Amino acid sequence: MTADAFVAAGGPNADEPAMPDVYAQRAFGFWLYLMSDAIIFSLLFATYAVMARNNAGGPTGHTLFSLPNAFGETLLLLLSSITFGFATLAMKSGERARMLSWLLVTFVLGLAFVGLEIREFHGLVQAGAGPDRSGFLSAFFTLVGTHGLHVSFGLIWILIMASQVMVKGLTAPVTSRCLRLGLFWHFLDIVWVGIFSVVYLPGIL
Amino acid sequence: MAHSTTDNDRGLKSYLTGFALALILTAIPFALVAVNPLPKLPTLIVIGVAAVIQVLVHLRYFLHLDLTSTPRENLLAIVFTAILIFLMVGGSFWIMLDLNHRMSM
Repeated sequence: MTADAFVAAGGPNADEPAMPDVYAQRAFGFWLYLMSDAIIFSLLFATYAVMARNNAGGPTGHTLFSLPNAFGETLLLLLSSITFGFATLAMKSGERARMLSWLLVTFVLGLAFVGLEIREFHGLVQAGAGPDRSGFLSAFFTLVGTHGLHVSFGLIWILIMASQVMVKGLTAPVTSRCLRLGLFWHFLDIVWVGIFSVVYLPGIL
Repeated sequence: MAHSTTDNDRGLKSYLTGFALALILTAIPFALVAVNPLPKLPTLIVIGVAAVIQVLVHLRYFLHLDLTSTPRENLLAIVFTAILIFLMVGGSFWIMLDLNHRMSM
């Protein structure tokens, strides 16, 4: 789908391109962004795996990580993924009120996830296990913190889309933005699967 | 609107299937770590395998990726990304493990 082909498809009305084509291109562009984000996370995972045993005589994951806390965070994010899916389905069938309530549920679940993570980070720093304690903890805070930051931006994006749905309704641009937000949100859940499998479970074991 | 209703039913079924599979694939590794019935290495292998399957479940049922309806460019992009990740992550491990070995760590 090159720019030339795109203009050609528009024909004489090239300045008023066929709308579905524009949304397909935007979805593809957003997909490329997600792929570059996947590379960032992969390299943070690699950094963590290399640093995991460099605890500089400080605390290890075995004493720092809490299995119930990690499990709670996992459930919250997985639930928020499926509630976002329900919001998408409601959007596709044009039920605005139902979509908004599922978006609200997703927002609350995501907020609870970020809350648990902030509480965990706060507890670690209080216990003298901040990012400056060892290479292991630097890598841990960088990886998990980057994911938490993504989720926080996702929460802001959910609020923006909810207000657009309320003000503008389910127009074509709003719908396509919501679909891209869905890609982002589901992508973050995939990254979290990596985090609990690489960081928390092996750390606690 | 019968068409869109069946579409929605299929979508709902897809999300619910994905959710159930993801829940099982999360419960198994967490339970293994909580109860600890196996030695360390087999447990790590089960965690790894469950994670890979769960990522595929998310891609299939939540992101709705499949080999027929997903645009070809998107599939090419994800394959290219996988190759880059393999080179960069694999290369990092190779260099760092070799370094540790030579430093007798």
